[in-house]
Amino acid sequence: MHHRYAQFVVLCTVLLIAAGGLVTSTGSGLSVPDWPTTYGWNMFTFPMSKWVGGIRYEHSHRLIASTVGFLTIILAIWTWKIEPRRWVRRLGFTALGAVILQGLLGGLTVMFFLPPAISIGHASLAQLFFCLTVTMATVTSSTWRNTVDPVDDQMLRRVATVTTVLIYVQIIVGATMRHNDAGLAIPDFPLAFGHVLPPDWNARIAIHFAHRIGAVVVSLGILATAGHIFYHHPRRMELTRPAFALLFLVAMQVTLGAFVIWSGKNPAINTAHVVNGALVLGTSLMLTLRCHRIGFERLVQPIRTPAVSGWDLPQGSGHRHGARP
Amino acid sequence: MSRIYRVLACVVVLAGLAACSGTDSSKSAEPSSPAAAPDARKVDAGTAATLKGKVVLEGTAPENPIIKMASDPACGNAEVRGESYLVDNGALENVFVHIKDGLGNKYIFDTPTEPVKLDQKSCHYVPHVVGVRVTQPLEISNSDSTLHNVHGMPETNREFNFGQVIAGIKNTVSFTAPEVMIPFKCDVHSWMNAYIGVVSHPYFAVTDKAGTFELKTVPPGTYTIEAWHEKLGRQTQSVTLGEKDSKEITFTFKVQ
Repeated sequence: MHHRYAQFVVLCTVLLIAAGGLVTSTGSGLSVPDWPTTYGWNMFTFPMSKWVGGIRYEHSHRLIASTVGFLTIILAIWTWKIEPRRWVRRLGFTALGAVILQGLLGGLTVMFFLPPAISIGHASLAQLFFCLTVTMATVTSSTWRNTVDPVDDQMLRRVATVTTVLIYVQIIVGATMRHNDAGLAIPDFPLAFGHVLPPDWNARIAIHFAHRIGAVVVSLGILATAGHIFYHHPRRMELTRPAFALLFLVAMQVTLGAFVIWSGKNPAINTAHVVNGALVLGTSLMLTLRCHRIGFERLVQPIRTPAVSGWDLPQGSGHRHGARP
Repeated sequence: MSRIYRVLACVVVLAGLAACSGTDSSKSAEPSSPAAAPDARKVDAGTAATLKGKVVLEGTAPENPIIKMASDPACGNAEVRGESYLVDNGALENVFVHIKDGLGNKYIFDTPTEPVKLDQKSCHYVPHVVGVRVTQPLEISNSDSTLHNVHGMPETNREFNFGQVIAGIKNTVSFTAPEVMIPFKCDVHSWMNAYIGVVSHPYFAVTDKAGTFELKTVPPGTYTIEAWHEKLGRQTQSVTLGEKDSKEITFTFKVQ
């Protein structure tokens, strides 16, 4: 049940990222000029009749964010109550701290008129928070808990970890591009101004081109990870399934990226590109965590052992066996 | 685990630093217009000149895009055209013309206390282009039954963004430094925009439907006159005006 709830929080976070993507894609970030109030109303009592134009996107984003914040409070407390692993309990409260900080960054970026640095920080922390919820859902799953023979492959651990970090860096580069209005700085695809390399350079063209190069690097990283899994661990379903998903998602992501340019930054396609990017990151993180499962096993330190009677304890513990109290 | 928390603390600190670096100090500073020289004087109306002119467009103007206002029923369902290119027989409307250079700090000008008015009507700014003096009040009103946010995006002056929730509400703003032009937008209704020219003297005008403008009581001298259009950019001309002169100039913008 707790794991299902963690999965639900992941789903809501994806929805929140979609709502945030729509706000940026439609240019609605400042359609509600005040924060945390909405045109002077309490956020939760703002009349629906006034949800018009860009307010629909910005106000929905705030409400979904508040909901995710509330869900994260429950997740953190629930985890604290039932989870025997201390590091998982701490992870719950780390997620709570991240979502609070994320809310503050959201408010700051409105009050300072969307300065790129704060908006990029807001977008980057959103993905970190998403990673925290994905981690919570992964490590509370039965697949994680019931693994008796985890994969021990140092090369795979390295490749998967590097790929996940590269995806996160690529997302930050993408956010930097979005919040500096450089999404169409190179207006054609796959070429750049009709050339392989842009003939002229400025900061916006450079960040846009860096995002394209990043897409190639990330795709290679994912191919390397998936290839390694299919070659060396073809029977490990807990690895091959996310590897297949990752290949599908990265192909989808490159296609969406192309359509963002060909459509002149259509808001729906732009938002789908942001959401799919988060899914690529989340899937790669889950795969990486599973690759590191053997290391986590050694870290498990149950500190809340349930009350047991003498006959439940292992042999050699100094208690009598077989004799019920 | 303490290493993880150290890393997280570093991320938070870096995010904070990035956030602080994002606030542009040039926007929050209080800029000021150049101070008048000690021997500065008022313009002698008896010797002042008049500069008239016309702004024309050569070539066929691109069609203004169709604006769909269906996202807010209060704006109506009518499809209207944008206001970027208002051309009548080659005459170009909504061009801001002003003396850009040449006055120096030789003259003293009284700042009007009467506010310049900018209204939001039928989900459009009226007027679309307007001039205002440094520190002169700009009264922004909402005549619509829906809400608007008024987002001024200056480079030199202080940026602002406030809401006007009900019809009839008025807010007044002013600017502390010359700036041509300051874009205004409503983020609720993405098609709503206006441009405000802020100057430190009274010699500015916005072209009418006939594309004409007139600058009155200009002291004799040599000036750089600038014409600004929201899509076609800026043009300048140098003009020398003698005592009681009346000259006419023409700006010609071209489209491909």
